[in-house]
Amino acid sequence: MTREGWINAALYAGLLAVPLWAWATDEPFTITLATRVAILALAGVGLNIALGFGGLISLGHAAFFGIGGYAMGILASHAQSYTPLMETPFLIEGTKSMPVIWLVAIAASSLAALVIGALSLRTSGVYFIMITLAFGQMFYFFAISWPAYGGEDGLSIYVRNGFPGVNTLDPIQFFALTFVLLSLALWLSARLAASEFGLALGAARQSPQRVETVGLSPFRLRLTAFVISGAITGLAGALFADLNRFVSPTMFSWQLSGELIVFIILGGVGRLFGPVAGAALFITLEHVLGGLSDYWHVYLGLLLLVVVLFARGGIIGLLAGRRVAHD
Amino acid sequence: MTAILFIEQVLNGLQFGVMLFLMAAGLTLVFGVMGLINLAHGSLYMVGAFAAAAVAGATGSFLLALIAALAAAAAAGAIVELVVIRRLYDRDHLDQVLATFALILIFSEGTRWIFGSFPLFLDIPDYLSGPVTLPGGIQYPLYRLTLIAIGLVIAGGLFWLISCTRLGIRIRAGESDREMIAALGVDISRLYTVVFALGAALAGLAGALVGAIQSVQVGMGEPVLILAFVVIVIGGIGSIKGALVGAILVGLTDTLGGLLLPALFALFMDNSAAQTTGSALASMLIYILMACVLVWKPQGLYGARPA
Repeated sequence: MTREGWINAALYAGLLAVPLWAWATDEPFTITLATRVAILALAGVGLNIALGFGGLISLGHAAFFGIGGYAMGILASHAQSYTPLMETPFLIEGTKSMPVIWLVAIAASSLAALVIGALSLRTSGVYFIMITLAFGQMFYFFAISWPAYGGEDGLSIYVRNGFPGVNTLDPIQFFALTFVLLSLALWLSARLAASEFGLALGAARQSPQRVETVGLSPFRLRLTAFVISGAITGLAGALFADLNRFVSPTMFSWQLSGELIVFIILGGVGRLFGPVAGAALFITLEHVLGGLSDYWHVYLGLLLLVVVLFARGGIIGLLAGRRVAHD
Repeated sequence: MTAILFIEQVLNGLQFGVMLFLMAAGLTLVFGVMGLINLAHGSLYMVGAFAAAAVAGATGSFLLALIAALAAAAAAGAIVELVVIRRLYDRDHLDQVLATFALILIFSEGTRWIFGSFPLFLDIPDYLSGPVTLPGGIQYPLYRLTLIAIGLVIAGGLFWLISCTRLGIRIRAGESDREMIAALGVDISRLYTVVFALGAALAGLAGALVGAIQSVQVGMGEPVLILAFVVIVIGGIGSIKGALVGAILVGLTDTLGGLLLPALFALFMDNSAAQTTGSALASMLIYILMACVLVWKPQGLYGARPA
């Protein structure tokens, strides 16, 4: 196994061991923290497919995270109040079943990613960054000004949604669900990176002209990556909403898009486990520094500056050494 | 809806637009000349507003407050350029986004640390408060009218600066070929610091001027920053003219959309449904405008250079 492989295995084992240990010593708060790490890492794994593999710097991934969250919030709130979502032309009921909610979240966020991607990918570079940011804001303002689902106040769901055979209210069982989904996403992401599609996508990042010369369309490759990326981030959004039993427009906020990128940078761009390492470090910092000072964002900002300016490659890059130079 | 209300809203849109222009001009200059995407531009807006509020609170003079806003934002801009930004010019956009995102965190939390979380208030001075009567009998706040005038004067000044002065020639030369003007003996790194500080000063001035209408608080810069991004995407990155046209287009769309869309929907819906649908759609309108411009012209209205 390579050095990066060992680090990945250690991270994976650590993310599993910490909540198990917390479960054994009856520390539910630590389990919740680990669940947050797993969910945010899942969102990061999604973004990493666009950003790390495809080189698409999306500063609007909160849009998909929020859409996933609202998919959960809207379905569950209708189930909670026993009102149908829609009666004409056919009846759609709300639901409290996680698998259904996940599918809806994935479908809705893929659709949004398809539309946003098709428009944004007409451009590149700085334009792409600004446009994805603007689309994210569009959803944010829409969520604030649309009063049907709580508007600015958001939506509370009183009981966590159910999963067949699992007691989701038990923190360790809910963690297990998120951990399985994260593992699936990591597996998918590894398969994707090694597949023909992944190679073509990487090539489109490094040299779009050559990709075009061999008869592939960089636009299609990027759009596909963007949709897959949006879908995974959307799923993470649905889980995040279920973790908090609350959805609000802040899930769409551009700070969240920024933080998702921060996870990837802290962990290491284009590394399979980069988002996991980044999310774990971020939540740990939030917990430790947040306990020391109310103004912990200052330290986070300074740390981030140091990483960007002096320690390129993030944690995994630092520990595993520079792989082949990419880009 | 009356004609008077409509004209008032057009003026409001214009006022919003010229303030957006002050933000967008700095962003577009910094991108055009240095090729840098600066998310922390909104923080400089906030620095200007806080400096103005602090000085106005201490001295009571609005003019001194504006000067303080310009000076503080320019100084903050110059320091940030010298310490951080300068290392980012030859990095890729991802590093620039991240580093300037980090700067936002530092600026926002630092300001909260110094001034606390409560909003500050910056009062409109007596000689600028109250309404004036425009031709046609329209009453309009003098202060907002002053903002429009200041914005237009600065836009004119900026065009003059770029097209007629030596500094402007260097800025334009830096945009098209930085190696060449460095070879001609222009101190390129000083030019960069000057451009960055100029953009920062404009953002700080906008912050102070708008701060007198709204409250001065942490995080006030980011919504404006994102609108300024929309403006320069519409106008074309690097073009001052594009920034002006884009800013006024966005300002008018945003203000008039909030007025006209609910009225439009009321024609074929009942009143309350029209209100909610109209105002929800109006909040998305400038982004829809941006999407339309992009489909039509991916480089923006006046953008020539591929980004």
